[in-house]
Amino acid sequence: MVEHDYGRIAEDPKFKALVKKRNAFIFPISIFFIVATLLFPVLTSYTEILNTVAFWNISWAWIYALLLFVMVWTLVTLYMRKAKSFDKDAQELLKTYREEQQR
Amino acid sequence: MNPIVVIMFLIFVSITLLITYFASKRTQSTNDFYTAGGGLTGWQNGLAIAGDYLSAASFLGIAGAIALWGFDGFFYSIGYLTAYLIVLYIVAEPLRNLGKYTLADMIAARFELKKVRAMAAVSSITIVIFYMLAQLVGAGALIQLLFGIPYTVAVILVGIMMTIYVLFGGMTATSWVQMVKAVLLMIGTVIITFLVLLHFNFNISTMFGEMHNIKSSDFKGEFINPGSQGKPPLDNISLIIALLFGTAGLPHILMRFFTVKDAQTARSSVMWATWIIGIFYILTIFLGFGAAALLTREEIISANPAGNMAAPLLAEKLGGDFLMSFVSAVAFATILAVVAGLVLTGASAFAHDIYGQVIKKGKITEKEQMKAAKLASLTVSVVSIILALFAQNLNVAFLVSLAFCVAASANLPVIVYTIFWKRFNTQGAIVGIAVGLIVSLVLVILSPNVMNPDGSAFIAMAPIFPLSNPAIISVPAGFLAAFLGTFLGKSESEEKFREVQVKSATGISTSDISH
Repeated sequence: MVEHDYGRIAEDPKFKALVKKRNAFIFPISIFFIVATLLFPVLTSYTEILNTVAFWNISWAWIYALLLFVMVWTLVTLYMRKAKSFDKDAQELLKTYREEQQR
Repeated sequence: MNPIVVIMFLIFVSITLLITYFASKRTQSTNDFYTAGGGLTGWQNGLAIAGDYLSAASFLGIAGAIALWGFDGFFYSIGYLTAYLIVLYIVAEPLRNLGKYTLADMIAARFELKKVRAMAAVSSITIVIFYMLAQLVGAGALIQLLFGIPYTVAVILVGIMMTIYVLFGGMTATSWVQMVKAVLLMIGTVIITFLVLLHFNFNISTMFGEMHNIKSSDFKGEFINPGSQGKPPLDNISLIIALLFGTAGLPHILMRFFTVKDAQTARSSVMWATWIIGIFYILTIFLGFGAAALLTREEIISANPAGNMAAPLLAEKLGGDFLMSFVSAVAFATILAVVAGLVLTGASAFAHDIYGQVIKKGKITEKEQMKAAKLASLTVSVVSIILALFAQNLNVAFLVSLAFCVAASANLPVIVYTIFWKRFNTQGAIVGIAVGLIVSLVLVILSPNVMNPDGSAFIAMAPIFPLSNPAIISVPAGFLAAFLGTFLGKSESEEKFREVQVKSATGISTSDISH
């Protein structure tokens, strides 16, 4: 396998921007879904507010649970879209790097 | 013994053996054996992840738990599914970009020390053993009930089957068995759901309305709302923590990301998996509610106290012997597919990490590697069958939640720090895994699972640690230990972190292999 000059890529401002962009996307959303998920057992264990019926005899607890399912699918789709732009940046970066290596 | 059951089982076994036969022809290198040659597409691997994940505990266990406990049974599904967001957002792509066959590969991409690799292998093997025992004990009980054969014979039969898949077909056969099984599981679930909806005249409101009327002296709350099991609040929170953070540390799920060619495919396999798994878990509501409405509580409990036979019994009620046989055969295939995946994961930790990298220091020929992998698979199979024979009376759900807890406490902190934290070092990795593993195990031994004054557990005395799942303590302990370990150790050069960062963000090393 080829040995790469990882330090050089890591120092590239474009790479730094990519990492920053990626983390700025990943971390807030991760914190959001972790909190949304953990809030659920807290609400069901310490309060009764989710036990009232919303519609069709279905209580808010079920609605919250189903919303978590919807959240998962939405965030998966969101990530799939966003990741394409990360891929594009990464590929451009590698292209420039390889061209420079060949010189 | 019912002839339709026997015929259905024989059909399923023949299909899977046929898959193994074709796979065995394509399994020549170590790479084929561990990762199916790394050539699965996104939807194939997504289906296989679903097949690997929707174990007997999900299908039989959750359907049964909803039938008996209503909302409290559904509670598990939430943690199980959201967990995939952590897999997708944080773990999947870096793992694919950094690793080759195992989780330890990924951590070793940053720390070359053999101790780190050995430590990661030990935690993987521990998790695999707990998970495996749960599946084998469940399989034994299921086969025993369906065929009326002794538990011992049942466990040995399942054990032999899984060993055949793994030894002859490796990851290729295991993956295809998992895919076929995932499709069959979905078909079975959709059929039962349809019949349950038919019973309620396709009116969701009627269905939920009828569930409000379910009463039992066992319930501490209402069937339809959270709290019917009357568990302490912290226990519920702790359980969700274990499920949410555990999945991203489960070695057999992580291993599935090495069966695809690049990070993009790894990502799309998670997408496929979340859709299939999510839809399945929503359908378990209908399975559980159907069983609660059409069967009596006594019927469900007398077949299995934990409710594990609710889905097959419901199938019998709705579709007679044929549907019951189909559902039971699917459950059987489920267990086989999951244990085969577990054997491969355990074997790779032994053969690739401990023997190949630590003992032989990577100086090992392709032929020797293959031999070591097969020998390790055989050993893992035999050891787990023997353990399962003694574990008959262990609670299956307890074993699975323990596996999740160890994965969340020992593996996940180290994975996250390896990818994101510049200052993280060798000491931190070793201390993190060790403390996460030990704290989880010790707290479980002191918990109501093992100590219970009513004599339902191993030791008849009041538990020292009150929660049945220790994740709420052990997960922060794992993160904290890895953090403190890092500061106690000497700081290491940033060069390795840069390499990990560049590789995980750009996939530079994996893209070179395919060029």
